Amino acid sequence: MTRMVSALVAAVVILGSAAVAAAQDAALVEAAKKEGKVVWYTSLVLPSAEKVAKLFEAAYPGIRVDVNRTGSQRILQKILQELQAGIKNADVVHTSDAGHFVLLKDKKLLLRYLPQGIDKFPAGFKDKDGYYFGLRATVNVIAYNTRAVAAADAPKTWKDLLDAKWKGKLVTAHPGYSGVISTHVLALVHLFGWDYFKQLAQNKVMITQSAADPLTVVASGERPVAVNGGEYSAYQLKKKGSPIEIVYPKEGVPLVVSPTAIMAAAPHPSAAKLFTDFTFTREIQQVMADSEGLYTGHPEVKYPTDKPKMTELKLLPVDPEELEKRNEEIKKRFVEFFGA
Amino acid sequence: MRSTVVRSTFDRSVPVWIATAVTLVLLMILPLGWLGWVSVSSEQGATLANYVQVFGDPHLQKALWNTIVLAFWVGTASLAVGVPMAWLTGRTDLPGKRVIRALIMASFVTPPFLGAFAWVMLAGPNAGLLNKIYRGLTGSDDPLMNIFTMPGLIFVVALYSFPYVYIMIVNTLELIASDLEEAGAILGASRLRVALTITLPLAFPAILSGFILAVLQALALFGSPAILALPAGFHTITTQIWSFFQYPPKVEQAAAFSIPLLLATALLLQLQKRLLGRRGYAGVGGKTGARRPIPLGRWRWVALAGVFAVLACTIVLPYAVLAKAAFAKAWAQPLSWDNLTLANFTFTFFEYSATRDAVINTLELGIMTATVGAVMAALLAYVTNRRLVPGHQALGFLAVAPVVIPGVVLAVGLFIAYTRPPLVLYGTLAILFVAYLTKELPVGYAQADTTFKGVHPELEEAGRILGAGRLRVLREITAPLAKSGIIATWCFVFIGVIRELSASIILFTPATKVISVVIFDLKEEGQFAAISVLGLFMLAMTFGIVLLMQTALGRDFLGAKD
Repeated sequence: MTRMVSALVAAVVILGSAAVAAAQDAALVEAAKKEGKVVWYTSLVLPSAEKVAKLFEAAYPGIRVDVNRTGSQRILQKILQELQAGIKNADVVHTSDAGHFVLLKDKKLLLRYLPQGIDKFPAGFKDKDGYYFGLRATVNVIAYNTRAVAAADAPKTWKDLLDAKWKGKLVTAHPGYSGVISTHVLALVHLFGWDYFKQLAQNKVMITQSAADPLTVVASGERPVAVNGGEYSAYQLKKKGSPIEIVYPKEGVPLVVSPTAIMAAAPHPSAAKLFTDFTFTREIQQVMADSEGLYTGHPEVKYPTDKPKMTELKLLPVDPEELEKRNEEIKKRFVEFFGA
Repeated sequence: MRSTVVRSTFDRSVPVWIATAVTLVLLMILPLGWLGWVSVSSEQGATLANYVQVFGDPHLQKALWNTIVLAFWVGTASLAVGVPMAWLTGRTDLPGKRVIRALIMASFVTPPFLGAFAWVMLAGPNAGLLNKIYRGLTGSDDPLMNIFTMPGLIFVVALYSFPYVYIMIVNTLELIASDLEEAGAILGASRLRVALTITLPLAFPAILSGFILAVLQALALFGSPAILALPAGFHTITTQIWSFFQYPPKVEQAAAFSIPLLLATALLLQLQKRLLGRRGYAGVGGKTGARRPIPLGRWRWVALAGVFAVLACTIVLPYAVLAKAAFAKAWAQPLSWDNLTLANFTFTFFEYSATRDAVINTLELGIMTATVGAVMAALLAYVTNRRLVPGHQALGFLAVAPVVIPGVVLAVGLFIAYTRPPLVLYGTLAILFVAYLTKELPVGYAQADTTFKGVHPELEEAGRILGAGRLRVLREITAPLAKSGIIATWCFVFIGVIRELSASIILFTPATKVISVVIFDLKEEGQFAAISVLGLFMLAMTFGIVLLMQTALGRDFLGAKD
C-alpha cells in the first residue's frame, strides 16, 4: 500500500513537473517568437553550425538564427569591442576556449541559466555557478594524408613530429584564432614544456588559423601531416572520402570541451534560452555525435562505431581558469616561435 | 552695389567652406587626431613608450623590413611588366590591343585578395595545380614555385599593381609628340635606340610616378599578405596592425605602428606630385597629328605571347581556378563528373546565413558611398574648376588629401574616434560608410575634376549671356554635359567600395559584415568552395558596373576610345 502510494506520488510529481515544463516551454516559445530571432556567436565549424541553426528554425518556425561563425579568439575580441562601444548584439556565445567563459563570467557579462536536462551531464561539462555548459567536445589529434604518407611511416606520437624528416611537411592551426588550439597548446605545454613548440617550429610548419584548416590542408595534399586540429573535422573529411587518416597519440589527446552561455545583455533573451535548451536536447546532441563526429556530455547519446569512444582515449583536460590566465602567454610564445 | 557684391561672395563661400570643414573634421581630422593622440598616450599621460615598444621589438622590426622589401620589389616588378606593355600597346603594331586593354582593365578591378586566394590554389607548393602539372611533366620532387614565400607574395601583389604603372605610362605616351621619335628614326637610329634614348627619357617622370603608385599599393595592402605571408610565418605592417586588435587589444601600439606607414605614404605622394608637376619636358604636353605605329616585325608574336603570359597569370588562370573550386566537391581533385556539384552555390547563398546580410550590407554601402561620393566629388570639382569661392585651390587639395591614408591606418583612427562618445559609430554601417567615403573621395574627385575640365566654361558663359541664371545653366548646360562623367565617378567609387578589405576588417562587427570580410572569414576556416562562389559573385558584380561605366563614357576607363 505504502509502495503504491509512493509510486502514485512519484507519478504525480513526474507528470506535474512535465506539465510545468510544458507550460514554461509554451510561455518561452511564445516570448521567443515575439523576439523573432537569436544571434549566435559560434566557433563550431560553419557547416555544422548552419545545420544546427536550420534544425532549430525547422523546430520553431518564425525564429531565425543569425549564425556568426569565426574563431574563438575572434569571437571574444568582437564581444569585448562591442562591449566597449555599448553594442548589444550577441545572444548566445559558444567558443572552444573555456577560459573565455571564466573571463566573461568575472566581468559579469553572462546570464545565469540552467539548460533543460543539464543535470544529467558530467561535472566536466558544467560551470559550478551555472553560467556556462559544455555544448560539445572534441580532442586534438595528428592527421596525415594517406596518399603522401604510408601508415607505417606516419607519426604515432606528438614527439614523433619533432623528427627533422617532417621539415616543411607539417601544418598547424593558430591559438590566436582557435580555442581548440589554445587548449591544445596548453595541454602539451603541461606535458612537454614550451621547449616542445620551440623544437616543432624548427620544422618549418605552415600556419593556418582555424582548427579545421590543418585538416583541409592535409586532405588537399598541400601538407602531408597536421600537427593538431579538431578530431571532428578530420572525421567529417574522412567520412566524405578524403584521403585522410587520424592518429590518436598515446601520450594522450588534449580534450576540448566547448562551452556555451547566454549574454546578460542578450537582446533576445527568450529566444536565447529556447535555443540553448534546444542545443542540449538529446536529438541535437545526437546529431552532433552522428554527422558531425563530436563528443558530447549527454549520457544517452550513441556514438558512431568507426571512431574511438571518449572512454577509450587517454584524455588531457585543461583547467579553464588556467587557460584564462595564460591566454596571452600562449599566443605570445606561439608567435615568438612560429613567426606569425 | 559694392555691398551686394561683397555679400554675394560671402553667401556663396561660407556655406561651402563650413560644409567642407565639418565633413573634413569627421572624415579625417578626428580619426587622425585620435590616432596621433592615442599613439603617445598611456595611463600616466603623454609618453613615447608605445613607439619605443613597437620599434624596439625585433618581431615588429622584421614586419617593417618585410614591408619595405615587398613594396620595393612590387614597384620594380610592376615597372618591368607595366612599361613594356604600355609601350607595346601604345606605340607599336602589336595585334589584339583591344583584348589586351580589356584584360588589363580586368586585372585593375580584380580585388587583389581574390587573386592571392586563387594563387594559393594555383601555386601552393604541393596541392597547387600548376605545381602538380609541373611535377607530372618533369618528375621533379620540388615545386615550380612556392606561393607562401616573400617572392610568391611579391609576384601576386605585382600582378594586380602593374596596371597602375600601365595606365600612367600609356596616357603619357599618348601625350609625347612622335616627331622627336621620327626625327631620331630619320637620323638613322634603330627602333630600340629610339625607344631607349628618346621615348624613355621623355616618359621618365611618368615611369617613376607609376613606380611610386605601385609601391603605395603594396604598402597599404592587407588581404594578400594575410593570405600568403601569415601561413609562411611572417608579418607585414598591415597584418601586424590588424593583429594588434586581437584580444587582449593593444590599440596604442597599433596607433604607434600606423604612424610610419602614414608618413611614408604622404612622403611618396608628395614626391610623385613633384615629379608630375615638373614642366620643361618640351616634348610632352601636346598631341601631334597622326602617329605611325612602330612595326615590330618578327618580334610581334613573341611580344604578344609575353603579354598574354602576364595576363594569363592575372586573369585567365586565377578566374579558371576559382570557377573550378566553385563547382568542385574537392578543389584539389581533378574536375570529373564525380567531383562536380552545385552544392557550393546552394550552401553559400541559401544555407550560409551570413551571405544574405553581407550582400545587402555591401550593396547598401556601395550605393550610399557611390552616390554621396559622386555628388560631393562633383560639387567640389565644379566649385574648384569654376573658381566659385575664394581659396578653391585649397578645397581641391583637401578633397584629395585622404589619399595619403592607407586603409588600415584610417580604420585604426576611425575605430579609436568612433567607439567613444559623443559619436559611437562602431557597430553600425555608418562607420564603414565614413571609411569608404574618405578612401574613395580622392579617386572620385580626380574623375569628376577631369569631367569638368572637359566641359568648357564658354558654353556656360554663353548661357549666362543669354540671360540664364547660374542654376539654370548648371541644370541645362553643365549637368547634361557632365552626366556621363559623373556616372563614371559613381561606378569608380562603387567598385572601390565593394572590394574594400583593409579598413573593413578592423571596423566590421558581426552585424555589419560585408562580402570581403565574409570571404576573409571563410579563408581563415579553409572553406575554399564558398570563397570561390562569393568571389565569382563579386567579380560578376564588378564587371556589371564596369559595363555600365563604359556605356556611360563610350570608352574604357583606361583612357582608350573604342
